[in-house]
Amino acid sequence: MQTNIPMNAPVPVRRKAGVRERKALFYGLLFTAPAVLGFILFTAGPMIASFVLSLTDYNVFKESVSFIGFDNYARLFSGQDESFYRSLGVTFYFVVLRVPACIIISFIIALLLNMNIKARALFRTIIYLPSIVPAVASAMIWMWLLNPDLGLINMMLKWLHLPTSDWIFSEKSVIPSIVLTTLWGIGGTVIIFLAGLSGIPKQYYEAVDVDGGGWYHKLRHITIPMVTPTIFFNAVMTIISSFQVFNEAYILTQGGPNDKSLFFVFYLWRTAFRDTEMGYASALAWVLFVIILAFTFLVFRSSKSWVHYEGGGPS
Amino acid sequence: MRESRLKLGAGYVALGVISLLFIIPFIWLIRSSLMDLSQIFVMPPEWIPHPFHWDNYKRALTSLPFGTYFVNTLVIVASVLIGTVLTSTISAFGFSRIRWKGRDAVFAVLLSSMMLPGAVTLIPSFLGWKELGFYDTYYPLIVPSFFGGGIFNIFLLRQFYMGIPKDFDEAAVVDGAGYFQIYWRIILPLSRSAVIVVALFTFLGTWNDFMGPLIYLKSDSRFTLALGLQMFQGSYSAQWDLLMAASAVVILPCVVIFLLGQRYFLEGITLTGLKG
Repeated sequence: MQTNIPMNAPVPVRRKAGVRERKALFYGLLFTAPAVLGFILFTAGPMIASFVLSLTDYNVFKESVSFIGFDNYARLFSGQDESFYRSLGVTFYFVVLRVPACIIISFIIALLLNMNIKARALFRTIIYLPSIVPAVASAMIWMWLLNPDLGLINMMLKWLHLPTSDWIFSEKSVIPSIVLTTLWGIGGTVIIFLAGLSGIPKQYYEAVDVDGGGWYHKLRHITIPMVTPTIFFNAVMTIISSFQVFNEAYILTQGGPNDKSLFFVFYLWRTAFRDTEMGYASALAWVLFVIILAFTFLVFRSSKSWVHYEGGGPS
Repeated sequence: MRESRLKLGAGYVALGVISLLFIIPFIWLIRSSLMDLSQIFVMPPEWIPHPFHWDNYKRALTSLPFGTYFVNTLVIVASVLIGTVLTSTISAFGFSRIRWKGRDAVFAVLLSSMMLPGAVTLIPSFLGWKELGFYDTYYPLIVPSFFGGGIFNIFLLRQFYMGIPKDFDEAAVVDGAGYFQIYWRIILPLSRSAVIVVALFTFLGTWNDFMGPLIYLKSDSRFTLALGLQMFQGSYSAQWDLLMAASAVVILPCVVIFLLGQRYFLEGITLTGLKG
């Protein structure tokens, strides 16, 4: 931290500093006003409103709104709403499958890109490119690739005399198939890993060379510990985004077949905008919020035991 | 780090295979978009269209008012870009180059909203815009960008601004410049590359947005490209030649923008990820 003493302040420092401070406060608030107002209007306000709504039976088609306390939450957890449990199960399954797959695969790709190779820029571009494709277009491409009768993937499998699959059209394989389509867009995660890897000082590896350690030693004792902060960052981001998957459910499957891809946010959307049960849907939103908060908190808590920050504790 | 020849060779092979897997969907898209339906379904798959059916693009683009969707999307994207670039740079300046009481606490509160699932604010926001009579207009999609343009962008710009030496401002203050002049004449020109990063991400995010238009727009004539493409899929479900042609058209501007600004993209992602 720099000291707060103005460089060319004349003798009565105190009074001048007070005026200066007030001026800074005024301009500080003025400059940040758009962001602060935006936070109040589009984040904090709606968040509180959403909680209040979750305590009502607000339905767009009903004229009257009444306060029903925690009835929506009681209904959620009473077991009558099978779709709620289904959507929770589907979403957890997706998160459990996608987060490790995404982290491990992007880490491996980043390790390969970090080797002393030529044409790194070209490989990097190719791997990043799919992540800029609009979700709708990407869903369209995958629907065609995964088409059970005429899609490329099954055609190739048949050609190689391997078993084919119904992919997104079968109850069993729909979630793994959607995970597969999202792995096409892991470029951003790869780039963040690559940045983390390139920050590891070369001397560390040279030390292992001197000791006669091989690549496994380098990976196990230098690379992985050194990139744990990046793994942590990517894990948190991937968990948060995986819990909120919507586009894939809406465009690829509409929650089907037989509700086997009824993602939580898709169910929320259906409740709010098809069934117009805004109160109940708001309760769903708050449940999701608490789940994500809990998961993020758990990852943060666990990070103390496996994330290594250079120079000691987390900054 | 030096690597053995064998290891390097294995690396090239692995990267080659992975790159191929990542690029095949694009090739399949382009190839299908230029083929006759009869050739699309040939087994084993053919990769080169024969003959090239460029008219697929014409048929796809004229079967729905894609021109209107394109203009709609451009209007939204351009407005959001203006709002975001203007207000995120001003806010980031206030959070980094002015030292005021409570600044970092306020910023921390704002930053915490990055963890907030969009679903929590979705319903009240929708009801609010509807109440104001702005359902089926572009206001709900544009106006929020004029209020800071998203905390992610402010965070990114703030990181960048904090790296600019303090002497620059102090020299300007000696010359009698106020905060607005410092912002406009010193910080903004110095942070050109960060502003480009923000603009690029904003362009892609808005162009690709699906849920926003889905919820707020009702009339066909107001649809965006993403929404139009989804509707197109509903009515032409088995016509993969036309579907792929329409998808390719929606993707193309993103690819062009990415290739033009690639350097900035990589810089931007790195800038946000490193602090993790």
